[in-house]
Amino acid sequence: MPLVDEQLARVLRVDLTNKRYRVERRDDLFSRYLGGTGVAVQLLKENLNPRVDPLSPDNVVVMAVGVLTGVYPAASKLVAMFKSPLTGNLGESHAGGRAALALRMSGFGALVLEGSSETPIYLSVHDGRVEFKDASALWGVRSSLTIGKVLREREPWPGLRSIMRIGRAGERLVRYASVILETYRHFGRLGLGAVWGSKRLKALVIGGRRAVPVADVRGYREIYKQIFEECLRSPSTRKYHELGTAENVMPLNEIGGLPTRNLRSARFEGAELISGERFAKESLARRIACAHCPIACVHIASIREIYPGEKYFYVTRYISYDYEPIYALGSMLGVSEIEGILKLIEQTDILGLDAISSGVALAWATEAFERGVISERETIVRPEWGDWRTYLKMLELIVDQPNDFYGVLAEGTERASERYGCQDCALTFGGNEMPGYHTGPASHIGYLIGLRHSHLDNAGYSLDQRYLGKSYPDPDALVDELVEEESWRQVLTSLVICLFARGVYKPEMISRALKPLGIEIDEEDLRALGREIYREKLDLKIRMGFDPSRLRVPRRIFETPSPQGRIDEGYVMRALDRYRRIAVPPH
Amino acid sequence: MPARRLELVDPDLCVGCMSCMFACSRRFGDSGLNYSAIHVRSVGGVERGFTVIVCRACDDPSCAKVCPTSALRMRRGGGVTLDAKLCIGCGYCVRACPFGAIFWDGVNDKPIICTHCGYCVDFCPYGVLRVM
Repeated sequence: MPLVDEQLARVLRVDLTNKRYRVERRDDLFSRYLGGTGVAVQLLKENLNPRVDPLSPDNVVVMAVGVLTGVYPAASKLVAMFKSPLTGNLGESHAGGRAALALRMSGFGALVLEGSSETPIYLSVHDGRVEFKDASALWGVRSSLTIGKVLREREPWPGLRSIMRIGRAGERLVRYASVILETYRHFGRLGLGAVWGSKRLKALVIGGRRAVPVADVRGYREIYKQIFEECLRSPSTRKYHELGTAENVMPLNEIGGLPTRNLRSARFEGAELISGERFAKESLARRIACAHCPIACVHIASIREIYPGEKYFYVTRYISYDYEPIYALGSMLGVSEIEGILKLIEQTDILGLDAISSGVALAWATEAFERGVISERETIVRPEWGDWRTYLKMLELIVDQPNDFYGVLAEGTERASERYGCQDCALTFGGNEMPGYHTGPASHIGYLIGLRHSHLDNAGYSLDQRYLGKSYPDPDALVDELVEEESWRQVLTSLVICLFARGVYKPEMISRALKPLGIEIDEEDLRALGREIYREKLDLKIRMGFDPSRLRVPRRIFETPSPQGRIDEGYVMRALDRYRRIAVPPH
Repeated sequence: MPARRLELVDPDLCVGCMSCMFACSRRFGDSGLNYSAIHVRSVGGVERGFTVIVCRACDDPSCAKVCPTSALRMRRGGGVTLDAKLCIGCGYCVRACPFGAIFWDGVNDKPIICTHCGYCVDFCPYGVLRVM
């Protein structure tokens, strides 16, 4: 099927080494895979040698949107794919904000970044052109927020652009450095920030405004209205617009699934103090939305502080919060003060660090310190559960790397624990620090076998909760269910639909939404496409060295009871065995 | 009956979702943003909220005064209408509007003039806009 919007098939290829760019037409990829994940997997397969060092100039970053971006609500994610310096395997990270819309409005469906600049640069992409601009003076600036402010003044398309940039963590190659955009959104997980840092790419500004043609105008308007209304009214999106994902804190704590103090416990006595309800009451200042999404799930808190040296001199700062950072920088570190959590989140934004990996790394360090595995000689300061002021300093130390210990901690919890010990308490899965759900076997199996290694790529935690108090499926059935759900999510992320809207975009709805765009595909074919993309992505992972028979399972998950009771090691092993048979079929 | 006009109720209610802009553009049949007569942008960073730029339906509009071909005519109830046949695409109107509420249609090289139809209002979930 030819695409009605021809510009979507334009792939912008940027060569950072030679400061050149060119445009390729890839109607084949976009008409077959619809965009996002499906297209990015293929572009990466074509352009990346799977064995390269992720921090070498040979790593490649692909960013892609889909046929629904700028057309329907909540198709608002930009998918980034690269080789992750944290895991050494496939990295896939999704960001909201205006990134997806800006790429499509600038007249491209995908962007491929190759090579590496000798000196720091930033890219400005607009009106079909790429400008390579010197960023030497921006390199080393203390806060990523300042970079945003500076570029906001210098670059075109206010309101219709995305300003993506790395912080000092990315420059200093911290392997879980993030890319920050629109102040509050991120490519958080798996170290895209370090990849940019290794390419000396400080920022990318992209924007534009254009028309996207549709085939059937009347049908388009009708289905648009229906999706729009469902985004606002559906019970499946309600929590995102009200308390936000922070709503999870209390229910997870009640069932005993809230990882606390490096998962030595799954209940936190301070949960109520850091609940979504508390955040809303004490500090919620504003709710905002990603471009073209009416749900407005982004919750922004304010903190007001007095300057110590000056009378009647206050400053108010704004920081966004969500469940995951509240878990990682709150309960996981025993921090029960909202002020402390907000300042830790702000610090990860200033430095450009992934909040989840940072929190889990600090939790491991605290336990290792308590057990005497490491001492002040390594940590310089004395980590202690709940002491967020010390954690603020440690985040700086991870970036500054003043000694070997912080140099290794900047490589991730997995490597730090291999070097210093306390491996059983290193909560990493496939080399990536765990998200905030200790809900039962499915959540952890999901972290191990998930293809994206975020938390939303697999349905583990929701399966655990669905089977609460009911008979839990056997390992084979559970793995099949996880794989089937994740295969479906490949369709959602190829269409770059935010997974918060997955309850609105059911197969039937997607099939109907595609029709006015001239794309005829029924529910069964959509599901088949999901399975194909799943297989293609898994194949890429295996080429990058993913070996499902060599997955390390942290002992801690078997020691701390979950809402499903103590997790049985045999159950997890049987599940992994099943997955191996699916992932690596006998030849 | 007096003509309808679009009004900004309170920009502090705006979440920056741009649904109004997409609605406005969609009236012309395409998706995307080319035809939007509304613009939403942050007030120097999203943490400080948004500014929503819409036609004020002026009684004595600057845009009409600078139009060299009289393509912009006074509209009953305020604001202007565009006679596209007369428009030469000079862009003076864009520069003359002190609110920056005239946008550019990059496909046809003509200004985009708000018709105060109110279609956008149906797609603002937070009551930022209304038609009077």
